[in-house]
Parts: sequence; C-alpha cells; structure tokens
Amino acid sequence: MSTPAVTLTLESDGILVAAMDLPGRPMNVVGDALMEGIDAAVRRLSEPDVKGLILSSAKADFCAGGDLDRMSKWTTPQEPFEASMAMKSVLRRLEKTGKPVVAAINGHALGGGLEIALACHARIAIDDPRLKLGQPEVKLGLLPGGGGTARLSRLVGIQQALQICAEGNDIPVAKALGMGLLADTAKDRADLMAKARAWIEANPKAAQPWDLPKFRFPGGDSRSPAVVQMWTIAPSIASAKSQGNYPAVQHIMSAIFEGGLVDFDNACVIESRYFAACVMSPESRNMIHTLWYQLNAIKKGASRPQGVAASTVRRLGILGAGMMGAGIAYAAAKVGIVVVLLDTTMEAAERGKAYSQGLLDKAVKRGRSTADKRDALLARITPTTDYSLLAGCDLVIEAVFEDREIKADVTRKAEAVIGAGAVFASNTSTLPITGLARASQRPANFLGLHFFSPVDKMPLVEIIVGQQTSPETLARGFDFVLQIGKTPIVVNDSRGFYTSRVFATYVMEGLTMLQEGVHPRHIEAAGLQAGMPMPPLALQDEVSLSLSLHVAEQTRKDMAVEGKTFAEHPGLAVIRRMCEIGRIGKKAGKGFYDWGEGGRSLWPGLAGMFPAAPQQPDQRELIDRLMFVQANEAARCLQEGVLRSVADGNIGSIFGWGFAPFQGGALQFIDAMGAKAFVARARELAARHGERFEPAAKVVAQAEEGGRFGL
Amino acid sequence: MTHAYLYDHVRTPRGKGKKDGSLHQATPVWLLRTLLKALQARHDLDTSLVDDVVLGCVTPIGEQGADIARTAVLDADWAQTVAGVTQSRFCASGLESVNLAAAKVASGFEDLVVAGGVESMSRWTMGSDGGAWFMDPRINQKLGFVPQGVGADLIATMEGWSRSDVDAFALRSHQRAAAAREDGRFVRSIVPVHDIAGLPMLAVDETIRPNASLEAMAQLAPSFAQMGAMGFDATALRKYTTVERIEHVHHAGNSSGIVDGAALMLVGTKEAGARSGLRPRARVRAAAVIGSEPTIMLTGPTPACRKALAKAGMQPRDVDLWEINEAFAVVPMKTARDLGIDLDRVNVNGGAIAMGHPLGATGCVILGTLLDELERRDLATGAATLCVGGGMGIATIIERV
Repeated sequence: MSTPAVTLTLESDGILVAAMDLPGRPMNVVGDALMEGIDAAVRRLSEPDVKGLILSSAKADFCAGGDLDRMSKWTTPQEPFEASMAMKSVLRRLEKTGKPVVAAINGHALGGGLEIALACHARIAIDDPRLKLGQPEVKLGLLPGGGGTARLSRLVGIQQALQICAEGNDIPVAKALGMGLLADTAKDRADLMAKARAWIEANPKAAQPWDLPKFRFPGGDSRSPAVVQMWTIAPSIASAKSQGNYPAVQHIMSAIFEGGLVDFDNACVIESRYFAACVMSPESRNMIHTLWYQLNAIKKGASRPQGVAASTVRRLGILGAGMMGAGIAYAAAKVGIVVVLLDTTMEAAERGKAYSQGLLDKAVKRGRSTADKRDALLARITPTTDYSLLAGCDLVIEAVFEDREIKADVTRKAEAVIGAGAVFASNTSTLPITGLARASQRPANFLGLHFFSPVDKMPLVEIIVGQQTSPETLARGFDFVLQIGKTPIVVNDSRGFYTSRVFATYVMEGLTMLQEGVHPRHIEAAGLQAGMPMPPLALQDEVSLSLSLHVAEQTRKDMAVEGKTFAEHPGLAVIRRMCEIGRIGKKAGKGFYDWGEGGRSLWPGLAGMFPAAPQQPDQRELIDRLMFVQANEAARCLQEGVLRSVADGNIGSIFGWGFAPFQGGALQFIDAMGAKAFVARARELAARHGERFEPAAKVVAQAEEGGRFGL
Repeated sequence: MTHAYLYDHVRTPRGKGKKDGSLHQATPVWLLRTLLKALQARHDLDTSLVDDVVLGCVTPIGEQGADIARTAVLDADWAQTVAGVTQSRFCASGLESVNLAAAKVASGFEDLVVAGGVESMSRWTMGSDGGAWFMDPRINQKLGFVPQGVGADLIATMEGWSRSDVDAFALRSHQRAAAAREDGRFVRSIVPVHDIAGLPMLAVDETIRPNASLEAMAQLAPSFAQMGAMGFDATALRKYTTVERIEHVHHAGNSSGIVDGAALMLVGTKEAGARSGLRPRARVRAAAVIGSEPTIMLTGPTPACRKALAKAGMQPRDVDLWEINEAFAVVPMKTARDLGIDLDRVNVNGGAIAMGHPLGATGCVILGTLLDELERRDLATGAATLCVGGGMGIATIIERV
C-alpha cells in the first residue's frame, strides 16, 4: 500500500489531526491522492470516539492548488466536470458531519487549497505577511471548481467573492481576518494548533452557515437590488481591463451570479459546469502551456548551459546611473547584492541611488516595507565616479548611452579594474553584442543583459549570447537574472535581438495603418482588443518617435557598411513626418497624442495629416494584422536561430512587451490556430498588405508536413 | 385586408414619478380603471363587444404584475368576456399595443380591441423586475450592455451636438408643451384622475415647466458621466471604435421625465365601430418594428420609420406631423436629421422631456396626441416612433379618415 497523502492522528483529547503530506511532491496539490486522504479523515471523523478534526499540513504550505499535470491530460468536458464534482463531494461530507472541522493554515492556501479550507467550519492562519491566501485560478484561465465560488459568495458576500475569484490576487492575512474569511490568526505552528483545538472545544457542534435554515447571503443574493446593480456594471468593469478576451472572467461572474440564485448544492453543480467550460477553453490551454509549463521549464534552467556550477553575484558594478542603471541597482540591492553605481559625475551617480530611495520611501509609506529594511538596502548601493571601486565585482553591467564609442570606452575602463573571471554585460536594446564585445579584452566573458523599463516592475531579462560568449558566461548571466527574481530568456545575437525586433513590428504595423487612412482611434481600439496592454500609437509616443528614427537611421548606416540594403518599413514614413513637425513623443508632451496632466488625447491635427478614409476596415482585419505580423516575426526569429527555444519566444513575448497572454505568446498564437490556418490567413494578408506577412518558411513547412512548435 | 380604425384615445395626465407626485397615491390599476370607465362612458360602449384589452407595462411586478390588463378589465366592471393581455416591448409597449390591436383587427381575428398601457414609475422602479439583459453577466457582456443615457451621449458625440444643442431642444419641448396645455390642446384626451372618494388628484400634465430656461438647465450635472467612467463608456467605445471619448451631455433636464400615467386607444373594424355607434377618426396605414445595434440602443426609430414608410409606399415628406419620443433630446434630433424632417413638424406640442415618459403607456400617448393635433390642424397623415430598449425601433403611420 502506498503512503497516504493525509496522516491521521487521534489525540488523547478526542481531536483528530489530519496532516496533508502528499508523497513525492514538494507541495500539497489537489488531486485524487489528496482527496482520498481527506475522505479517509472524514470517515474517521464520523466515528463516535472522534469529537472534531483539525485539517493541517506537514509541508511548508497548507495546499498550493490544483494539480495542473492532471488537468492538462483532460480532453473531454466530462473529465473536469466529474473531477470537480468528486472533490466537492468529499468536501461536502467534510462540512456536514455535524462535528467541528478547523483548517490550521500554516502556509500558502491557494486555489484548491483555499477551497479545502473553505469547507472547514473555521479557518485559522499563521499571521505571516508572506502567507498567501487566494483563488488565483483566473490567471491560468480557470475558475475555482472546488466549491470556491459557491462558498466564498456565501461566506464573504457576492461582491467580495467576485473580486477574489475574478482578480485572483492574494489576500493578506489581516484582510482575510477582517472580511471573515479567517476566524483567527496564530503566531506560530504551536499557537495555531492550540487555537484550533480551542475552537473545537468551544464549538462541539458545527454546521456551515449555508446549511442553516435561516441562511442569508451577506450583502444579499443575486436577486437583491444592490447586488443586481453590481451585476449590471461588473461585466463592463471587467471588460474595460480584459477586453472580453478572458472567458474565465466571464465564467466566474456567471457561476457566482447563478450560484446566487439557487441553493448551495445546485450552485456547486453550476460552478462545475463553468469550470469544465474553462478547462476546455483554448485561452486556458494557452495560458497553462506557456505561463505554467514553459515558464517553469525556463525557471528550472532549460536554457541554461548544463555542467556549469551554479553561481551568485555578490558585488555588482553598474556603469551609468540613468533610469536603467538605477533600476538595475535597486533590483540587485533588493536581493542583498552589493552595488557600485558609477557615473561620470557624483551628482548623476547620487541621482541614480535616489531612485531606490524614492521607491523605498513609497513602500515604507504604504506599509510594504520598513525604515530598517530601506536603510539596509540603500546602504548596499555605493554611488561613485571612481572605476577602482569596481574591483572585486563578479559582474559589471553597462547601461550607458546607446553609442558604440561610449560603450567601448567604459568597457575598457572597467576591464582594467575587474578580475579576469568577472562577467561584463551590456544592457543594450539595439546594438549587436558581438560588435560591442570587440572593445573587450575578454569577449568570452561578454554578453548582453537586456533589461526592460521600468526595471523594478518588468519581469523579463533578455540574455544575448554574442559569437564569443562562453557557456560559462551565459550560465552566470542566467543565474544572476534568477538571483534578482527575474525571468531570463536566452537569444542569439542579431539586430534588435528578439524582443525589440518583434515588438517593433506591432508598433510599425499600427503606423502603417495610419498612413493608409485608418482612423487613429480605430487602430488603437484594435490594439487593445487584440489583447495588447497598450495600443500602437500610444506605445510609439512612449518609446519616442525621435529615438525610433535615430535607431532606424543607425541601422541604415550599419547595414550600408555591411554592404546590405535597408528595407524601409512603410510605417517609418509616418515617424519621419511627425518628427519633422516636432511631434516626437511623450517626452515632448506631443506625438500622436497630446500628453497632459489629465492623460492623453489624440492630437486633432492627425486628421489633417493622415485623413481617415471614408470606408474603414473591419476591426478583425486590423487585429489580425497586428497579431500576425508579430507571430510571423517571432517564427522567423526561431527559424533564423535568433530564438533558441519556443518557450523563450512565448515567455519573452508576454513578459517582454505584453503580447496577449490569453494567446499564450507569439509562437503559441500560431500553434493554437494551427499552422495551416495561420499560413492561409497570413498569405491573404500578404496579398493585401505586403510581404512582411508572407508566412515564415518554418510555419509553411509545419502546414505542409504537419507539426507544431509545441513545448 | 380589413382596415384597422382608431376610434378614440384617452389618457391620464402624467404625474411626477416620485413620492411627491400627484399620482403616486393612485394604484396603477386605478389609473386604468379610470380610463376604461371614461372610455365606456364617452361612447356608452357595450363592453361585451370588446374582444380584448392589450396593454403595455414595462415593469410588470407587484401590483403592476400578473397581467394587469385582465385585472383592470374586471375592476372597471367591464363585461367578463373581455380578455386582457399585458406585454412589454420596453418603451414602445404603448404603441406596440396599438399595433397588435390593429393586427388582430386587420387579420379578422378580432373586431374591437382596446390598446394602451400603464406605468406607475413612482411605485415600481424602472428595472426592478430584473432581466437577463443586464443582470446576467454572460448576457450583459455578450450584448455590451450600457445604460441608455450613455448611448444617448454617444449619439450626441458622434453627431457633434454640444450640451447647448441638446439643452435648446429640451427647452423647446417645455415651451411647446406649455403652450399646448395653455391652449387646451390636451383636454380632449385627458381624463382627470380622482381618488376613491371622488376627490381630484390630477387634471393636467404635472412636469411641464413653462419657465424653463437655458440658464437653469446649464446648472444640471450630466447624469451618465460617472457611470460612464466606471466602465460603461469603455464598453460602448469597444463597438464605436472611431470615437475617442464620450461627451456626456444628457441630464435630468434634457432626458425624458419619470412619471406615472396610463393611456388607451380604441381600435376596431369599420363594422365593429358602426355596431357600437362609433365614428372612425383615423386608420393605421402601416406599422413596423426593427432591431438595431443594442449598445447604443437608441438608433432604432430611423430604420423603423423607413420600414413602415416603405410598407405604406411613402416618403418622409409625405408625413404631415411626427411624434418622435423624447427619451433623450438626441433621439428626435437624430431621427429628424436622418430622415430629413424639419423639426417644425416634430413633437409640435412638446414631448416626454417636458411631460414625462410613463414607459408602458407613452407610445399610446404620443399616437393619441398626434391624432388630436392632425384633427386640430386638419392635416392628413402622421407618424409616431420610439426608440426601444435592447436596440429596437417602432413606428406607426396613421391617416385621418
């Protein structure tokens, strides 16, 4: 017989302690094994010698959620429906024995884990700010299918349940206590168990509120006028963010709304129906594929060279204390790395450090950090103009102006000081790494670490491997990115690397549309409805038109030197015309938009400069153009070897420039629709809009021979 | 085909739809009973010759629920053989009743039918009967639900009408209604409401403001800006992708008033009329309903009118007078602009901005007002049209005989 997932111990006081401890897994996850263990606990609880049950965990977490491996094997809606009903059947028996059941929450209780706790009569959690409670299913396109929508709406009210399930955010312990999700908090494990026992002693008979005859929904059920009013606007509020692209958000609303009209058991079945619909949705499959499997693979080092010992950075040098340098300094100091922040003047270096001060002051003010922690972090950053302080750095990152001469100069100066084994990285977003490495004495130790702005918020770092970058250097760069809590993707050296190159196609497509007479707001609406976080024209304003023009001209010159011709994108003409009249972007307060204190509004002069055609294209056509052009470019990147893995392509697109997450990334976009359909539509678009839509040979081959990008 | 004739129209005055309104203390059944009794008395009608009573009621709950048409027939002591049906086509219900009655008569199914509607908005709040349309999040999302006022503001934005444009229209509604009331033009149809003891409750439309001014109206805050900002504007603009932002110009003063009221129209064949000693006043030339884009919701009148005009073989210029329900100022403004109608021929005695919009009854009210005015001016043809919730339009063309 295999080891049970839940250990049962009947204590001398007649209280049964059930400790969840799923064998062979680092965390407790909801699946058949765990539910069988809980079922055994319920059976034991029903015996006369047991007066109550404490459901606890022997692992660091209480229970982390559903078993996605099991879920990804489901192919018919019956499977998720039945699995969800089976789980609820156990939980229903757990709460209906008449004897008290307390969840002793020692660590994270997320997703299915929180649902198990909700089926207990009381929940007590350790008062730890790191402890996570919540229903994050929505982030993978799912809904809580273990009774979460039905129990939460009856425990904390429909509106709060909706917020918890539809937003998927963690609920801090204090807040959970305030809303009645928790009965109490405890200071440690011993206190937790003591309080759980005390609750059982104080409540020898227990039933859930929804099983009492006079039960009323806190705040009213879905019939009550206030709740009806909430339902009237909830879809608009949700869609303003999701653009209606996330069926899980809609299904969560429906499950809670309909569940609020019927009794508890019917609500549970309705919830399972919507759960099954979520599981079968392509959006959920895309998100689990990329944001779970591919992301986990990346974090486990799939793109890291094997056989290189793990490394950590203790002392980091940063050259250039501008916005990027300052952001990198903060991210590194935050995880305990000593940072030397160097600039040409002390004033500039100090200003770079002040950036961290600003972020931390805000965090302290909002109670997210303490003055002590702030001061300790700041003490780790040394602003300087003195290169000799770089001595002893394991890694130096240059984040100076995008100019080869300047970069070469700082590279030489730094290498004169740092040890022969130190790694030197350039945070360039545009200049090929192999070229920059020519200034280095040790090109094998040279690589690109492309951070995104603002560094403290953006989760991705694009690691660029130059021609001479050694596997050891790559591994060390990779380790550093993980060390600062960011996600690394690894790409080979090429103009624009991966992210800048593909991102640019999105913006440029929008500009091309403007040139063609598409109404600017029509373009922007298409970008948002496609699921992109920002519309193309607004993004171009953010990036700055003058910068894009500068990069394009630089590329033209570089390519001329290489004896290649620069094929000008039709969108570039738009940038040039705008720059000619000084509308260079957000920094200047004017680009495609007028940027003011109250936000942005489209510049009325656009109508004269780019008159809208009387017949506007269908939104579908615009959305397809914006998405196909990116996906196709990503496929070309893989084909050309710029991308080294599919996972990096997908994760890089979502984390790097916000490619519609529900599509699962720029390559998954193709996989999800199938290569055949992609090729057919891309060819249609190519015939109408130009060769940039001509499908990548790799996808054409997939369409002809079968095959997909996959994992 | 048998023609459907309009024999008479009665309505209650419209009372302010709040707790200080003069009809708030009257039950909706009482309003109907008052009208049914008046109609019977005016013509010494043998009610057993009436086949059916078709009534509109948009919020059929509470004492307005459970088929109030049949309840009212019995309360008014009409023959028990007179059936009753209550229906809702939202704001068009009152006109829908007339069209249904006309269809029953024209088809030969029935001979004499009372059509109309009722709404006690002060007692039964609009929307309080619920509905998947807005309370079921799946449907709400799929249909792109936004409150009508947001749609009205979107129309103003797209048509380029400013706050002062719509306010000017609203002012006109009050001025025309005040002049019409002063001139006694509503007296023929209005049946004053008395209470159970016979004491007078209300004899004239209560919400007309003869002293309305642009200055006073300019003080009113837009009604839909806040709701719009919460997410409804974004929902509307996902469909109207060339509009950057919605200018919120509608407010309590340039939107239809919330009122209590009821109205009836007696519809029948020529023979049935003769049998009851009635003289026909007009006949229904054509009627139409149509669906339109549901989010903006208020653009149905134009296609509905076009559809009805085509059925009648007419052009907009062939219609002498128009009643276009003033749900919001932009609705008659846009419909008139679309159809190329001069506003001098539209809502000549004011409309719902001045006098209110008792949802279930309004369509019948405006058709009756149109009929009275055609006779007063001795004109031949009139059209009544309303925008309808869920994105619909209705139109009825009548012709004096």
